Amino acid sequence: MHGPAVKLSKDNAVAKKTRLGVILFIFYTIVYGGFVLIGLLKPELMGLHVIGKQNLAIVYGFGLIFLAIVMGFIYNIVCTRMEKKLNK
Amino acid sequence: MIYNISIWAVVIFISFVAAVLGLSFYFARKTNSAAGYYAAGGNIHWGVNGIAFAGDYLSAASFLGICGMIAYSGYDGFLYSIGYLAGWVVALFIVAEPMKRLGRYTFTDALDARFNSKAIKLTAAISTLVVSIFYLIPQMVGAGDLVVPLLGLPHWAGVVIVGSIVIFIVATAGMTSTTYVQFIKGALLIIFSTILTIYILNNGFTLNPGKDYHKFETIGATIEGSVIVGTDSPDYLFKQSYNVGDMTFIETEKDGVAKWFKLSSDSTNLEETLFITTLKDGTKLYNGEPKSAAKFFQVGHLSKIVVDGVEVEKTGPVGPFEFLTTMENSEIVRFSKRDIREANTLVWFQNVTEGKKMVKPGLLYKLTSESGATPWDRVNFLSLMLALFLGTSALPHILIRYYTVSSQSAARKSTIVAIAAIGFFYILTLYMGLGASINGVLDVESSNMSGPLLAKYFGVGIFSIISAIAFATVLGTVSGLIVASSGAIAHDLMDKYLNMKMDDRQKVKAGKISAFCVGILAIALGILFKGMNVSFLVGLAFAVAASANLPSILFLLFWDKTTAKGISWSIVTGILSSVILILFSPAMYERYGLLKETAPIPIDNPGIISIPLAVIVLVIVSLMTQKDNSSKVENYHND
Repeated sequence: MHGPAVKLSKDNAVAKKTRLGVILFIFYTIVYGGFVLIGLLKPELMGLHVIGKQNLAIVYGFGLIFLAIVMGFIYNIVCTRMEKKLNK
Repeated sequence: MIYNISIWAVVIFISFVAAVLGLSFYFARKTNSAAGYYAAGGNIHWGVNGIAFAGDYLSAASFLGICGMIAYSGYDGFLYSIGYLAGWVVALFIVAEPMKRLGRYTFTDALDARFNSKAIKLTAAISTLVVSIFYLIPQMVGAGDLVVPLLGLPHWAGVVIVGSIVIFIVATAGMTSTTYVQFIKGALLIIFSTILTIYILNNGFTLNPGKDYHKFETIGATIEGSVIVGTDSPDYLFKQSYNVGDMTFIETEKDGVAKWFKLSSDSTNLEETLFITTLKDGTKLYNGEPKSAAKFFQVGHLSKIVVDGVEVEKTGPVGPFEFLTTMENSEIVRFSKRDIREANTLVWFQNVTEGKKMVKPGLLYKLTSESGATPWDRVNFLSLMLALFLGTSALPHILIRYYTVSSQSAARKSTIVAIAAIGFFYILTLYMGLGASINGVLDVESSNMSGPLLAKYFGVGIFSIISAIAFATVLGTVSGLIVASSGAIAHDLMDKYLNMKMDDRQKVKAGKISAFCVGILAIALGILFKGMNVSFLVGLAFAVAASANLPSILFLLFWDKTTAKGISWSIVTGILSSVILILFSPAMYERYGLLKETAPIPIDNPGIISIPLAVIVLVIVSLMTQKDNSSKVENYHND
C-alpha cells in the first residue's frame, strides 16, 4: 500500500473543501456548457456584438478564461481560511 | 519550404539546449532515490511547480498547434485554448487535493489507494503508457517541424535530436530536472509570447506583408460552353482542367514549368495557386520546380482592411480590442488544400474569407446549416469540447506533478498559478494565430510553424529565441511524459504488479531503462506522423485520457460503491473504445491514404462515445461486484 511522497498532516477541512470544489465545478460546467450549446444550437449568435464592438464568441471565450482564473483565486482564499480555522 | 538559416538562430538554439543539459547534470548528482527520481522528493515550491505545470501543459500543441490552427481556421483553433483551460477547472476543484492525498509517485498509486488491486495496477499502468504515447506523438512531430526552418535539418533529424536529448535528461535526473526545465521554459514562453503579441499589435494591419511577399497572378479564362479551353494570356500553355467537388483547377505551363490555377467562383478568372506534384519516381516538385529552387513561398495576407467603415492600406499600431474589431471588418486570403489525385498534385488555393468568420466558430467545425453542417459535424464539435474539458485532469504527466509538492494546499496553489499563467498565454494564442494569418508567414506544408515563422517576420533575434523556447517546450513536455511512462513501467508494473524485489537504486535504474525504451518508441512515432497538426493530435490524446482515466478518478472520489473491478474494466473500455474509434476515424483514413469519406466512424474525436461508455461499464461492473468492497483497504472520506 502507498502513502504520499512526503508525510501529510491531518486536514480537517477536507469535507468542506470538497463540497466547495464541487459547487464551483458545477457552476463553471454550466457556464462552459452554455458556450458549447450556443455553438451547437444557435451558432449565428456567436457573431452578434455584445460588449463594445466585440462579438459573443470573443467575449464568451475570453470570459471563460478569466472566470477560471478568478474562481481559482476565490477558491484558494476560501480554502486557506477553512484550513486555518479547522486545523488549529 | 526552403528556409534561410541564421547563424544567430543556431547559436541561441545550441545555448538553450546546452543550458538544459547542464541543468540535468547538476540535478543528476542529487537524484539517488526513487522519491527523488519520480517525485522530485516532494519538495518543489508551489510557485515553481505552478509555472512548471504551465511548462508541462503549454506543450507543442499549445504554442505550435493552436497558433497554427488559428492561423488557418480562425476562432476554431481558439476553441482548443478555451477547452484546454477549462479542463484545469476540473483539475483544481475536483482532482488536485485528492490526488495529492492518495498518491505517492504515479496516478496508479492514487487510483489503487483504496483497493490494493492487481487489476488496477495493471490497467492503470497500461492506460498511463497509452495516453503518454498518444501525447508523445504530437510533441515529436512538433520537434521535427521546428528544426526544419531553425537548423535546416530534415524533419526526422529534429525528432531524433529531441528524443536523444530527452532520454538523456530523464535518464540522468528524472522529475527534478524535468521540473526546473519546465519552470524556466514555461516562464520564458509566456514572456516571449507577450513580446511577440506586442510586436503584432504594434505592426497593425497592412495589405503588403513585405517586399518579398509573392504577388499572386490572376489571368482570364477562355471558356467554350461550360468547358475551359485556355487562358487569355499568351505566356501560359493550357494543358488540362480537373474538377474537384464544385471547384475547377487548371494545369498550365509557362517556360516549360508547370503552374496551376483555380477557376474563380464567378468562372471568369484563373487564380494562381501553390502546388506540390509527386512524380512517378517519388520526386516532389514545388510549384513545378525542385525544392532547392525555393519557389514555394510563404503565404497569408489581407485583401481588404476596413477601419471605421473606410478601406485603408494599413492601420499602424492597434490596441488588443481594436485588433479584433479590425480583423472582423477586414478580408483575409487563406489557403485551402485540395488533393487532385489524377494528377498526383496537392493544390493550395486562395480562399478569400470575411474577417468576421475568422473571429467566431465555423471555419473548421461546420456548425450552421448554411455552411453545410451535418449532424455528425455537430457531434464532432461536442465531442471535442467534452474531451478537452475532461482530458486535462486525466493526463498522467500532469497528475504526477501533484506529487512534487509538499502538501495538499501547495497542490491547490500550484494549480491556481498554473491556471493564471496558462489562461494568460491562451489569450495570446488568438493574437499570435491571427497575426500569422495576415503577415505572409504561413508554410502551407505545416500549420505547426505559424507561431515561430511569425516571429521570424519581426526579426531573426526573436525568431531564434521563440524557436529555442518552442524546442525546449517539446523537450520539457516529452521529459514529463517519459517520466510518467517510466513510472508506469518500473514502479507500477515491475515493482507493484509483478512484485519484483528491487531496492531503491534498482528502482531508479529500472525507471531509466524504461525511459530509454519509451524514448526510442517516441522517436519512431514522431517520424511516422509527420505533417499532422499537433493540436489535433493532442486533442486525441485528451480524448483517450478522458475516456480511460477520468471516470475512474471521479467515481473513486465521489461514489462509495466503486469497486476495483469496476475501475479496471472502465479503464480497459475507455482505452479500447477511444483508440478503436480514432483508428477508424476520417482523419486517420486520410492518414492511411484512403478517402476520409469512406471511414466507418464519421467523427474524428471519440470522447462523446468512449467517455460515457467507460462510465456505464464502471457503474455496471461495480454494482455487480459489490461484495469485493468488503475488503477495501481504506475509505477516502475518512482521511
